[in-house]
Amino acid sequence: MSYFEAINLGKTYKTPSGDAVIVEGFDLKMKKGEFVCVLGHSGCGKSTVLSMVAGLNDISNGSVLLDHREIEGAGPDRGVVFQSPCLLPWMTTRDNVMLGVEQVYYHATTEERHRIVDYYLAAVGLTEAADKRPAELSGGMRQRVGLARAFALNPKMLLLDEPFGMLDKLTKFELQQVLIDLWNRERLTAMMITHDVDEAIYLADRIVMMTNGPAARVGEIVTIDFERPRDRRDIMADLKYLEYREQLISFLEERVYLLDKAA
Amino acid sequence: METTATAGVTPNDSKPGKAKFTFNPNRVAHNLNKLGLGYFSPFARLIAKDEPAKQIKEIATNTILPIIAFLIFVALWAITAKAVKTDSVQIPSPHQSWYALTGTALPGFSHPFPESIEGLEKPFFEDNAGMDPKSINGFAQAETVARETYQTARQERVDKYMSRSNEAAASGDLEKAEKYKGNAEMFASKTYAGNKTFYDQIWISLLTVSIGFVIATLIAVPIGVLCGISPMFNTAVNPLIQLFKPVSPLAWFPIVFVITTWGIEAPPSDSIWQRALFTSAGVVMLCSLWPTLINTAVGVASVDKDHLNVAKVLKLGWFKRIWKIILPASLPLIFTGLRLSIGVGWMVLIAADMMAQNQGLGKFVWDMYQNGDTMSTAQIIVAVFVIGAVGFALDRIMLVCQRLVTFEEQSI
Repeated sequence: MSYFEAINLGKTYKTPSGDAVIVEGFDLKMKKGEFVCVLGHSGCGKSTVLSMVAGLNDISNGSVLLDHREIEGAGPDRGVVFQSPCLLPWMTTRDNVMLGVEQVYYHATTEERHRIVDYYLAAVGLTEAADKRPAELSGGMRQRVGLARAFALNPKMLLLDEPFGMLDKLTKFELQQVLIDLWNRERLTAMMITHDVDEAIYLADRIVMMTNGPAARVGEIVTIDFERPRDRRDIMADLKYLEYREQLISFLEERVYLLDKAA
Repeated sequence: METTATAGVTPNDSKPGKAKFTFNPNRVAHNLNKLGLGYFSPFARLIAKDEPAKQIKEIATNTILPIIAFLIFVALWAITAKAVKTDSVQIPSPHQSWYALTGTALPGFSHPFPESIEGLEKPFFEDNAGMDPKSINGFAQAETVARETYQTARQERVDKYMSRSNEAAASGDLEKAEKYKGNAEMFASKTYAGNKTFYDQIWISLLTVSIGFVIATLIAVPIGVLCGISPMFNTAVNPLIQLFKPVSPLAWFPIVFVITTWGIEAPPSDSIWQRALFTSAGVVMLCSLWPTLINTAVGVASVDKDHLNVAKVLKLGWFKRIWKIILPASLPLIFTGLRLSIGVGWMVLIAADMMAQNQGLGKFVWDMYQNGDTMSTAQIIVAVFVIGAVGFALDRIMLVCQRLVTFEEQSI
């Protein structure tokens, strides 16, 4: 049985002019330790799916199972990295990470908690900036804190909502590396929302493409068959890379609409 | 490596432990601005020779313009003072008001026409350190002398009865010895019950407003947080808040008076914790409650949704959620409310003091009003300036607090 399962997941908003169906019949199964990217056009409902899985948005239809249990509300067993890092501006980097660690490791000693925080801050390269406040950090550094905070919870599942969407290309590459290095160490089950095709191919085991909304659902799934750990240059030189890219882009440009009509 | 005067501007000076004090005019100027002392920041830049011509121009503008405005104000005041007269009293002139403060002509400067100061009988008072006992400083001086005279006389009595008691005890008359000892103790327990000086009254006013303000804060912040968190609670209490917010301190006074008279035992006459002080503080509290309450409620209700999501994901308990997320996030607005509250409190205080006869500035104004002559009115004008200056200082203190708790970027 799979570790994560979204069954017939749907989101409907009641509006004065009838129901607005955002997502309908979203089905997805994931193995433990699998990295899945969800790809789709802006506004297709990717983020809605993720926030339902995170428990931040009510589920209208269907259900989500994680580790054989149905999820209810938000909780630290699902670490979330938001598009904007959502750091608490009145706390230092260390305290921002510590806040979650205190919740999860509530029976650990203070020293153990500090060791956990230091470990993850070092892993994302922020040891020097541990006592700075978010206002003193660059956008990339803030998102590093966001990653450290999510990983430090030691969650069952990692949920990333376009975490690098607001960064410039160079910083994006750096942070993808930080993310995948951390993930290689811990092999958390991860679901990442993105609209960057190259990012998805570099990071994911499987890429789930969503059809356009309204009533978005899973369109096609592409399995990315590169060995880990991956090297960006190697895989970009690989012929398979171009095939995957072609497959993804042709879906996003053509078949999205065909599937719409079929539904 | 040699460091120059502008070393503080170089970017790579952030190594911890190696921080040496370097005079960075920009940082000093920034901090002065943050402390609400922006007037002095061009001086800091001038010392560092940072565009001196521009700084001098700025200082001149910042200094000369207010001085011109003040001079025009004084001129208008002087004209009004000449014009407005009743049978018994006139609006005091700027000069009379200055005299009322100092009690003498300017030090080292004798007024060329002392007879021009109306209401001034003797231009110089040898027996009171050169000060008119009717003026504010002169009164304080006279009061100090009177207090010392009283204390010396009292000590003499105590000593006299103690020595008589000792004599009687030596001669074996224990009954008399006990009686004299009782007399000595009675005198020792007496205190000087003279008037408060103007400066005492300022302190009592500050004490009163602090008590009222602290109690108001302790009530308003928790209720405000509840209002912000729970729409139900807000719906329940909002009508009461809207109803009581506009009520005048003078209307609250009789009600607070009943409560303090019922709740507080009359203290000894020399204690500063008089009932009147608590009545006055109670009125201040009831009027300065509302800005803090409303701002806290708005601040809590408008906490960034992203921050609340963090609390949700981490499943923070309600206490941690309030203490670590909601309160810090709404601190800037809470402090905006506190700043408004202390302004209202200080404004209300004078009226409350007048009504409650609390020994603060309000009572000073009331007493001088009852005196009813021009020089007493001049002292009221001094009090008006002092009340304004203290209010301004309180506002600046709150402004600094407000700036310290406001993080640079609200949402990151």
